[in-house]
Amino acid sequence: MKRILITAALATGTLALSACELAPKTSIQNGYRGTGMNTIKVAATAAAEEVPDPPYAPPGTEGERAGAVYQNLQVLGDVSVDQFNYTMAALTEWVSPAEGCNYCHNPANMASDEVYTKVVARRMIQMNQALNANWSDHVGNTGVTCWTCHRGEPVPEESWTMPVAKRGGIVGNRRGQNEPVSNAAYSSLPTTAVARYLLGGSTPNEDIRVVSKTSRPTPYHTVGTMETEENYGLMMHISQALGVNCTYCHNSQSFQTWASSNPPRATAWYGVRMVRDINSQYITPLASVFPANRKGEMGDPYKVNCTTCHRGQNKPLGGYPMVKDYPVLRSGGANVAPAPAATPPAEGLPIASARPPSRKVAVR
Amino acid sequence: MLRYQNIFTQVQLRAGPEMGIPLPHGHDDRIGKPDLHYWLGKVGAAQLGPIYLGWTGLASILFFFLAFEIVGLNMMASVDWNPIQFVRQLPWLALEPPGPQWGFTLFVPLAEGGWWQIAGFCLTMSVLLWWVRTYRRARALGMGTHVAWAFLSAIFLMVVIGFIRPLLMGSWSESVPFGIFPHLDWTAAFSIRYGNLFYNPFHALSITFLYGSTLLFAMHGATVLATARYGSEREIEQVTDRGTAFERGALFWRWTMGFNATAESIHRWAWWFAVLTTLTGGIGILLTGTVVDNWYLWAQQHGYAPSYPDTGVADPAGLGSVGQ
Repeated sequence: MKRILITAALATGTLALSACELAPKTSIQNGYRGTGMNTIKVAATAAAEEVPDPPYAPPGTEGERAGAVYQNLQVLGDVSVDQFNYTMAALTEWVSPAEGCNYCHNPANMASDEVYTKVVARRMIQMNQALNANWSDHVGNTGVTCWTCHRGEPVPEESWTMPVAKRGGIVGNRRGQNEPVSNAAYSSLPTTAVARYLLGGSTPNEDIRVVSKTSRPTPYHTVGTMETEENYGLMMHISQALGVNCTYCHNSQSFQTWASSNPPRATAWYGVRMVRDINSQYITPLASVFPANRKGEMGDPYKVNCTTCHRGQNKPLGGYPMVKDYPVLRSGGANVAPAPAATPPAEGLPIASARPPSRKVAVR
Repeated sequence: MLRYQNIFTQVQLRAGPEMGIPLPHGHDDRIGKPDLHYWLGKVGAAQLGPIYLGWTGLASILFFFLAFEIVGLNMMASVDWNPIQFVRQLPWLALEPPGPQWGFTLFVPLAEGGWWQIAGFCLTMSVLLWWVRTYRRARALGMGTHVAWAFLSAIFLMVVIGFIRPLLMGSWSESVPFGIFPHLDWTAAFSIRYGNLFYNPFHALSITFLYGSTLLFAMHGATVLATARYGSEREIEQVTDRGTAFERGALFWRWTMGFNATAESIHRWAWWFAVLTTLTGGIGILLTGTVVDNWYLWAQQHGYAPSYPDTGVADPAGLGSVGQ
């Protein structure tokens, strides 16, 4: 009896310390045989996504233009009145279902821009159109809507702000890592990885490449192991955001080689550029519009990373092509001039300056 | 009553402690009052102590204590001295080496990696002094110095990672942090950066010897235990006789796989496997980044990395501007 108890206690302790996932799983081979390339799906996480139905049957595109009926339509003036109202109804349901129209509008003067959220919403509609029009390399024909990020919340649940610079001290300098935060996928990898690679800013096309292209060392490739940890941190973020492992995109034989990678790697490559575009062109310039309670500790607005849309799925909302019911969010992106923010961005805004130089850890 | 007895279940004698032979002139005394412990006797000798400390042992312990405290207190400070957070986050916490901007600067500011340098120095001094101790104690007992040289092989790997390779690469940032998860992440990042350590032949050799060591240890331990009923721990007096535990163990392997080691050679096998694990591992690390920058490409050039069918995925960076 005593022996059984001791064995049971030891087994319980071992199991408690392990990271066993007990839910049933399916494993799908997604690469050449013998390479260990498998996509593992945990049944419990494959829960059906809630995609809200359209507020009512989608109306036609005929009739008077909204811009002729309503005032101050800087973005959706060229759609039909019916489409405009339909889109506004859907948008309210997606973003501020509890607060209603007045979350953005002054009910006494719907055309007024006095509520900051209306300025933000206008820019976000432009962004949404631009994403569907210009970033089909990432969003395909599935497209995105406000719901893809917002999911019924005025501020999307998954977002990030610039890491706080740690107070100086002679001991206990974490050097921007070794802290379980979601942006580093709860690893001990650098917490700055998402800020470094997804902020956009001065070098929107910067590559995230650390592996040498030559077998022997050359003076042209001097990236070190420590910098690789940032790249690794971003990859873990992507992995966690999409609920996939490395081999969903890569043949781990050579993480670098494109010819042995899977197509989703290219999709992710465009995704990284798309997120940079979102953050640097649409969200960061709104810093002066957002009130303090909509900003992080460093005074920057809540920004987008892979989790904002993906939420643990390789295709957000299970790949449901939600935008088909909202043609307004499809069109116009490429033709719309950037809408000005209510006021020009304040000086000293962390656009380029907050981005850590590649070789120094300026922010945490 | 019938009792099963061998070296592992020996009868525990209860008598005055065995103090050992007197030490030659010039050696410190062995210290500590020996004591007999029943549970220690279950896994080894029941007598604890006395111990020979000497100045090398004392200095080694002091250096280790310094390194341990520097690492631990820095970890503690990184959670603002909160003991609960210290326990919760312990696996994540670390003391990081200096960043790449410092190169191989000898004296980096404490908060920027200087503590790491001091801790690394103290830890290295500690193991080197302990090495001297293993060498000198073996000599004092009139033994060979096999333990010391095997230990030195492990120290070689440690010093390669922490000092020699950073020196050759010209950057402390190439070295490993002191921390539980962080040192594992460093290992993975190191492999990623240098094109998959899997294709480093010395890494392969090191793994071969590592796994080989465990296999040999299991085979040897199992053989000795399986023949314990014939008194295999008294193997020397059995070597020349027939039907002894020793002969049965040897015949078991001869008849199972054709070849058998001898009571002496099995220990040479084990010693070399253990020593070569860290020796080849250290060479593999030493060549990484200094001589070879991408082991996968290197292996392809040398014809031993398999190639798989092209998936047809092209590097998007070469496909023109994006998002336009």
